[in-house]
Amino acid sequence: MTSTGGLHWRPRGILQWIGAILVFLFIVAWAALSLLPMAWMFTSAFTPSSALVKMPPQVSVKNFSLANFKDLLKKAPLLPRWFLNTAFIASVATVANLIFDTLAGYAFAKMDFPGRDIIFWVILSTMMIPSQVTLVPMFLLVNKLGWYDSYAAILVPGMCQTFGIFMMKQFIQTLPADMEDAARVDGCSELGIWWRIILPLCKPGMAVLGISVFMGQWKSFLWPLIVLKTERKFLLEQGLTTLQQQFFTDYGVLMSGAAFAAIPMIIVFFFFQRYLIEGFTVGDVLKG
Amino acid sequence: MVDGLARIKQDPEPHKTNKVRSVLKLLYKKRWAYYFIAPATILFCIFTVIPVIRSFILAFQEFRLMGNVWVGLDNFKYVLTDPVFHKAMRNTALYTVIMVPQGVLKALVLASILRNLPEAMQTFFRGAYYLPGVASAVVISMVWKWIYDPNFGLFNLILGKFGFGPYPWLTSPKTSLTSIMLMGILTAPGYYIILYLAAMKKIPRELYEVADIDGATPFSKWWNVTLPLLKPTTLYITITSIIGSFQIFTSAYVMTQGGPGYSTMTVVYLIYNTAFRDFEFGLASAQAIVLAAIIVFISIFNFRAFSTDVQY
Repeated sequence: MTSTGGLHWRPRGILQWIGAILVFLFIVAWAALSLLPMAWMFTSAFTPSSALVKMPPQVSVKNFSLANFKDLLKKAPLLPRWFLNTAFIASVATVANLIFDTLAGYAFAKMDFPGRDIIFWVILSTMMIPSQVTLVPMFLLVNKLGWYDSYAAILVPGMCQTFGIFMMKQFIQTLPADMEDAARVDGCSELGIWWRIILPLCKPGMAVLGISVFMGQWKSFLWPLIVLKTERKFLLEQGLTTLQQQFFTDYGVLMSGAAFAAIPMIIVFFFFQRYLIEGFTVGDVLKG
Repeated sequence: MVDGLARIKQDPEPHKTNKVRSVLKLLYKKRWAYYFIAPATILFCIFTVIPVIRSFILAFQEFRLMGNVWVGLDNFKYVLTDPVFHKAMRNTALYTVIMVPQGVLKALVLASILRNLPEAMQTFFRGAYYLPGVASAVVISMVWKWIYDPNFGLFNLILGKFGFGPYPWLTSPKTSLTSIMLMGILTAPGYYIILYLAAMKKIPRELYEVADIDGATPFSKWWNVTLPLLKPTTLYITITSIIGSFQIFTSAYVMTQGGPGYSTMTVVYLIYNTAFRDFEFGLASAQAIVLAAIIVFISIFNFRAFSTDVQY
């Protein structure tokens, strides 16, 4: 045991080996079970609907076809539009959050000013309040501002997030102060320090924040469902549910729609897996 | 801040104007900090603070186009006696009571197993468990609705091969809520597994070496060293998953529309219906406040029960 530093358990003897193999099979089975719904989604998406509803369903490589996707675009001509809407909204929200969360995070982490702690704790404490409490007043506010059925209703309130401010504050706090001080002595403005020194050092934190804002916005459902009315303006998730209500038994088409919405997220996951998986420890709230 | 205040104190006869001037001077000196937090603070006031206050006001009013009318506690009285709200609350509470413990336990067990694997395998399994979580709740719910389809769904198909079923899953009020819960039970909590693994890595290895010297078995090391030191993470995961469970909406909306009957009606779904189908904004605010009160109360209770200062 001591050879592994006591951290890892290594099986010894035949009984322990059998136990270890069973445990390993258990986690493999769980992984398979977890991936099953997604696998079934893609299988169904690429198998013609007629083959899916046969008993038993004719699922095989031979039946691979893009018929469902063609059908989907015919039945839901707005789908590409919803896709672009969502991509646009998620991108703008990401950029806005990267700017405003780092600005506030920098001030809270490195600057000393009257009211800093009070303002910070008030902002942080509202994370406990469930968003449903503000749903109705937000809806009334958005109406009064004339933002109903417009993207302002989604973009403006989402320009910065408490979670992002907190995360960036935690991250910026760990940066050494030497470079800022040196820049200040050289007469660099505060905005210049933020842009030239803090932001470049923040890149790993910003990657994590950017990915989580982008994914969160991509998947958002309830708020767009409430504030967007015109079908052309819909976001993907909302659009998918209208498809489901229209073609509720045409699972081939529905699954190709679901796959269409999920693929960008899967791509983001594979490209940024490292940031996603490491990032969660940065945002670990209680470790504050 | 400190030198500014000190200057005010040292002033032997501080005239009011001087005081104001020195405060203003201090604020001016720190103006960049205020510029930096201004966007966040202004947005926060407009879109969080004011709506929260407005929500409390609305809860005591009846919404009318001509202007709201004060109704005192009527909304709360109605909510607390409304059988549909009771049903929604029971469903939501049952969902939380089942989903939270099994989710935390699953994450803990899977993370503890993964911890013993070589780094490369750990990365693979972390990815496999996390991947399904990148799809949105709408997508996941659509897929599961298909899996649960009584005629052509995957589950009845597989069970049929063994001579079981067909089961109605989502289409019977007796099994609909259970089916929604089963979907969560069969999904690995990828995000929580990652949190647990990260927390386990932070536990210093010396503690295990000391336990080795004492001749501890692997299980007793896990029970006596790992588990207690994971308490802050367990608290965090428990609270976030309670909050998440109480807010369940999308899966009910997509899979069952709250039915059949009210068998899968949840509190947030009811709030949504009350506000945006019936336009009873006052009543919806009262429902939301009752939900928020329950969530805050449980969170505080959890903090008390779990929080012991863990130092290592």
